[in-house]
Amino acid sequence: MYKNLRWKLIITLAVTALAIWSFAPPQQKIKLGLDLKGGAHFVLAVQTDDALRLETATSSEQLRVALNDAKITTATTKVNSLTEFQVDGVPASSMAQFQTIAEQQVGAHFDQDQTGGTVVFRMKPNAQVQTREEAVRQAIDTVERRVNELGVSEPTVAPYGAAQNQILVQLPGVTDIARAKNIIGQTAILELKLVEAGPSSDQASLLQPYGGQLPADMQVVTGTAEVPGAPLSYYLVRKVPVITGRDLRNAKPSLDEYNKPAVGFSLNGDGQKKFGAATSANIGRSLAIVLDNRVMSAPRIDSAIYGDGRIYGSFTQQEASDLALVLRSGALPASLTYLEQREVGPTLGLDSIRAGVMASLIGLALVTLFMLFYYRLAGVNAFVSIVLNLAILLGFMAYLGAVMTLPGIAGFILTIGMGVDSNVLIFERIREELSTGKGARQAVSAGFDRVFLTIVDTHVSSLIAAAFLFQFGTGPIRGFATTLFFGLIANVFTSVFVSRTMFEFVLSKRPAGSTQLSI
Amino acid sequence: MRIFHNANYDFIKWRWHALIVSLVIIWAGVATVFMRGGLPLGIDFTGGTVVVVEFENPAVSEDSVRQALGPLGADAVVQRYQDPVKNDIMVRLPQTGTDANLDEGANRIVSAIEAANLGAFKPISRDIVGPTVGADLQRKGIWATLTALGGILVYVGFRFRFTFAIGAIVATFHDILITLVMLTWFHYDLSLNVIAAILTIAGYSVNDTIVVFDRVRENQRTSRREPLDQIVNRAVNQTLGRTIITSGTTFLAVISLFVFGGEVLRGFAFTMIVGIVTGTYSTVFIAAAIAIILSRRAPSPAAAAAQARAKRRA
Repeated sequence: MYKNLRWKLIITLAVTALAIWSFAPPQQKIKLGLDLKGGAHFVLAVQTDDALRLETATSSEQLRVALNDAKITTATTKVNSLTEFQVDGVPASSMAQFQTIAEQQVGAHFDQDQTGGTVVFRMKPNAQVQTREEAVRQAIDTVERRVNELGVSEPTVAPYGAAQNQILVQLPGVTDIARAKNIIGQTAILELKLVEAGPSSDQASLLQPYGGQLPADMQVVTGTAEVPGAPLSYYLVRKVPVITGRDLRNAKPSLDEYNKPAVGFSLNGDGQKKFGAATSANIGRSLAIVLDNRVMSAPRIDSAIYGDGRIYGSFTQQEASDLALVLRSGALPASLTYLEQREVGPTLGLDSIRAGVMASLIGLALVTLFMLFYYRLAGVNAFVSIVLNLAILLGFMAYLGAVMTLPGIAGFILTIGMGVDSNVLIFERIREELSTGKGARQAVSAGFDRVFLTIVDTHVSSLIAAAFLFQFGTGPIRGFATTLFFGLIANVFTSVFVSRTMFEFVLSKRPAGSTQLSI
Repeated sequence: MRIFHNANYDFIKWRWHALIVSLVIIWAGVATVFMRGGLPLGIDFTGGTVVVVEFENPAVSEDSVRQALGPLGADAVVQRYQDPVKNDIMVRLPQTGTDANLDEGANRIVSAIEAANLGAFKPISRDIVGPTVGADLQRKGIWATLTALGGILVYVGFRFRFTFAIGAIVATFHDILITLVMLTWFHYDLSLNVIAAILTIAGYSVNDTIVVFDRVRENQRTSRREPLDQIVNRAVNQTLGRTIITSGTTFLAVISLFVFGGEVLRGFAFTMIVGIVTGTYSTVFIAAAIAIILSRRAPSPAAAAAQARAKRRA
């Protein structure tokens, strides 16, 4: 009898060793969730409408410039909605030429609809979907770059939820939440634009030279107040920027000539050419540095500038380095709004770990005491199974890189409770078999055999619940589902295989007909 | 030592009493929920703000915080955590406004407490759920619960005869309803963690029931002549020791979680405690009873055929 016992023992010891090797030392190998480590969790929505609006505005502007170049000057453009703009006043004589230009410039994304001298451009449905998807993808990339620059270790930036426009950001260990939020959420569209007039304290005086009408190629931009509380100033600037944030090669915090914090930037090859040409042609005029539609400063161009520049403003050191950071990581394609925000302080996380470990140990002690009292030596089997069960569970988690959360610890404790279940089921059955007068060996094997299917049934039904929980789960709940899932799997092994091996090991030292069993 | 050795209680006799007791509790609970205008949903599902503030001064009370909040405190729930060492006070605000100014409420709580000079303090956690995410999580929670139950039903239906599957699912629903009632009566909010606990209870409750049904099936093989209700009653008695002991040990583990596991998991632990108690009760009294009642209404195919033969003969 028990000819495979040696192998069973070897397998048991091997699995134990493998599990311990996998998770030891736990401080390094077990990943902790935000609720235990402390940090911030955000869900953001990308306002993909912004990307559509920008695409429509840019296309209409691009077409206007092209028409100007082609001397179709009577045509005026107007943006109607997120996805629609129109051109009025196209002379019938140039309609053919107009259509060729329009097809070239915006034909890839817009359908044309002509009535008389008016042509309405509507964004194609697939172009809309594409623009939205692209915006979310770009936003994720940008946020990822920013978070990495923040120096957060092991951050998460990922698409989230069934809605196509949500992003999950998790920043373990971050304590200055407000700053992190600002850096992640700043659109950071940088544009350098030639100033036509201003600064002025009211918009009307800026437009006076143009008869009160805003010229088509210009716009009014608000400036930041020099001192907090001072009235806002306005600038009349060219719509088409000289350079934008895309032309930057690098940005870093620096100091201006009065030793106040500023942001220095350098340009890439393309940017140098454009910037050099524009500055040399406009010496003596002012150049507005516009960030997210606000003029930060508007220095005078004293000479042609090719390589580097500086952004002035009333920054603190921190603000200057944060601005440099967001400029380096590029602009967001659309603005972001925060939908969910959770913060856990580091002390709370530590307290939770302490409480969780405490509850686990006490739970384990209570259960073990009861099992030893009720099943005597067989209680040792139960104890060994449960401890090994927990070890395998930890091993699985370390191996898979699964995250341990506070509900995950609850899953641990539940695994202790449920782990006992299979043992009790088996022990009760062995007792029943013994009471029918069977020998110890027959009773043990009958007990395990008869209960096996029941154990499979109960575990499968719980695994189904755990699997759906995992599907449903956000961070913490997933942690729970994970521990529950692997705890159940480990439990089948320990309670059926390991516990039986232990019984057989003990019985193998006894004469075959023995009826004595401490249970 | 053994408990319930050779137990022989007539559980089946009490099935109608048990059903009535359960129905009374559930109806009373439904009435309570109805009167308070819905289940006590936490901010995970309704949206809202929870800020937990730790005060250095142990004398700062819920009342002083409530006073500090001023008009902001009108809709706020202020609660002291039951931590013997630390003075942690939770402030919860209902959903106001939109996603646009998400953390405004949290900031106002902190600045109001700051202004009231209650001594040194620090916010140790903040949870702010906007309306979009709240609605999302609500939908997901309902969906997860229903699909998990559906999955279990399919599995049990596949492994056992259909009336038994119905019995198991009715028992599980019973446990979930009783748990929801207790949560409402003891003022625990439904949070993500609590939903997780409820789904675990669903799995656990079916577990218990399956053990009994497995035994019923085994008994049916050995004694074909015995009427079903006696077979079921015997199965319940045979597994009674196991049912009580496993519930007891799991109960020990969960009690430990409830007492030592900290404030964040208290709702979870409470849900599990209730679930284990009602799960045990429903296994013994409800699941088998439903299976028997349904089996009588819809006799097995063999029995139906026998009846038909008897009619023809008559």
